[in-house]
Amino acid sequence: MNPFEVTGINTTNKRTQALFRLLFMMMTLLLILPVIIIMMTLVYKGGSVVTYDFLFSHPTNGMTAGGIFPALFGTICLVTVALVVSVPIGVAAAIYLSEYASDNWLTRLINLSIVNLAGVPSIVHALFGVGAFVIFFQFGTSILAASCTLAVMTLPVVIVATRESLQSVPMAFREACWNMGATRWQTIRRIVLPNSISGILTGVILEVSRTAGETAPIMFTGAVFFTPFLPQGVMDQSMALSLHLFVLSTQVPGVPEALPYGVALVLISIVLIMNSASIAFRMYLRGKKKW
Amino acid sequence: MNPVEFAPRSFQRNRDWYIDHVVQGVVFIAGISAIVFIVGIFIFITKEGMGFVLEHVTFRDVFGSMYWEPSDEDAPDYGILALVAGTASVSGLAMIVAIPFSLGAAIFIAEFSSGATRESLKVLIELLAAIPSVVWGFIGLSILNPLIMRLFDVPVGLNVLNAGLILGLMAAPIMTSIAEDALKAVPDRYREAAEAMGATKWQVTFRVVLPAAKNGLLGAVLLGVGRGFGETMAVLMATGHSVNMPDSVFDSVRALTATIAAELGETARGSDHYGALFAIGIFLFMITFVINLSADLIVRGVKNS
Repeated sequence: MNPFEVTGINTTNKRTQALFRLLFMMMTLLLILPVIIIMMTLVYKGGSVVTYDFLFSHPTNGMTAGGIFPALFGTICLVTVALVVSVPIGVAAAIYLSEYASDNWLTRLINLSIVNLAGVPSIVHALFGVGAFVIFFQFGTSILAASCTLAVMTLPVVIVATRESLQSVPMAFREACWNMGATRWQTIRRIVLPNSISGILTGVILEVSRTAGETAPIMFTGAVFFTPFLPQGVMDQSMALSLHLFVLSTQVPGVPEALPYGVALVLISIVLIMNSASIAFRMYLRGKKKW
Repeated sequence: MNPVEFAPRSFQRNRDWYIDHVVQGVVFIAGISAIVFIVGIFIFITKEGMGFVLEHVTFRDVFGSMYWEPSDEDAPDYGILALVAGTASVSGLAMIVAIPFSLGAAIFIAEFSSGATRESLKVLIELLAAIPSVVWGFIGLSILNPLIMRLFDVPVGLNVLNAGLILGLMAAPIMTSIAEDALKAVPDRYREAAEAMGATKWQVTFRVVLPAAKNGLLGAVLLGVGRGFGETMAVLMATGHSVNMPDSVFDSVRALTATIAAELGETARGSDHYGALFAIGIFLFMITFVINLSADLIVRGVKNS
């Protein structure tokens, strides 16, 4: 008897195999397709609203007409200040975890805190922002308070991305540098950071995208429903794109249907473009890596 | 990462030595910042909310009543049972939607696809995970709401079904990518050994890979649950936001997170209502803490074994 002959059980197995493959593929598609359809609806309904004027003019008629410039500008301010706060802390924390920390209880506790910080509900971050930055540190409801809240919330993104990028620098690079008599900081500054800066940048872009989309943490800490003025400094309140979408779709009567679609389209474009940039950059780096 | 031992200290105490030590101190402080913030979050929300919990309500008032009427001047009620039911029903439905699909998608990406297909699916999943929650809420409000009203012939489309679907679509990409990591963490030699015995791909997946990755998959599910529980804006906009013990998926409900988001703006600082909202915050913080902690312990268990 030919041992390689195709028997009944082989065909059954093959058929089951094909069936399961199809099933899982359907599941994947069912997960992705509805979202793509939804996104196309957003583009279809909001596309006609988004013009140069829409982006760069103020809302008029009780926010039922006009543009979104104050909200767009406010989001840029909030994200910038949040980055100024969180990037130095996050990068330094990642340097500690990657270059200094040994595998002990403290490191485990730090890692656990990072996971938990990422998992705390955004509205609890908002309560923390109110209790800590608005009231205790007396920032009031301001861009500073809102940005600090956002910074705490997105800190894990920076730490995790930076740590990964630092750890991908081969140990031999550091050892070679130490052997030349360099101190640990000299090694980090001259060897480790230059070799991982692009990876860190990827994490920062990702953080921008996360920060720009958040709503709950800024609702009570510094973003306002409407203000005719652009913020003059970090102690001013400001509008924000994400909150503007919430306000337009739930709080303001008589908004033309297309307007919130336009805001949603702008918001999601910013987030997805930033994210795609980060992913593309990461892939480019992976292709270029010399070691 | 153990550094090489340097020459004796006395020999090295120049300017660089001092800079090195200052930097070490600075990065250490930054390193423990995550701990400081987690403790800080707990302290600050407790500071604002604990006074209310200790002075004004009993355990029975909060967990034994389904009436949430904190702004009633004569006899305010602080029962969160209906809110818990709202959060639980929405998260529950979301998990029913998200768990099978995200595990299926993770299996497809990790085991049944390769090369460009896998890479592009992973990128797509990552992009889906990035869509902000307020946009999801808007989708529930303006796209899913009329769709549900038309399809099921119900008067209101903002209900458990709407929010559950939205939350399921939100949580699925995150669960997919964590579950995919867990499947990838199973060593290839397991698969090769099974294939050498003549097992087909799905036999390898079901008999070898899934059992080996089950802790990681459980961790992924738990993180998804945590995400669903803590989601705020989407749930606020898609549930209908009315205090209700749901009988069916077509009932409007209100979630714990959404209650804080909707009411904090209109309460005076230091009032009972304000304290009650912070007390809900303490409750949410503790629940998500436990969920994240157990997810982390389960996933870590995989890595150590």
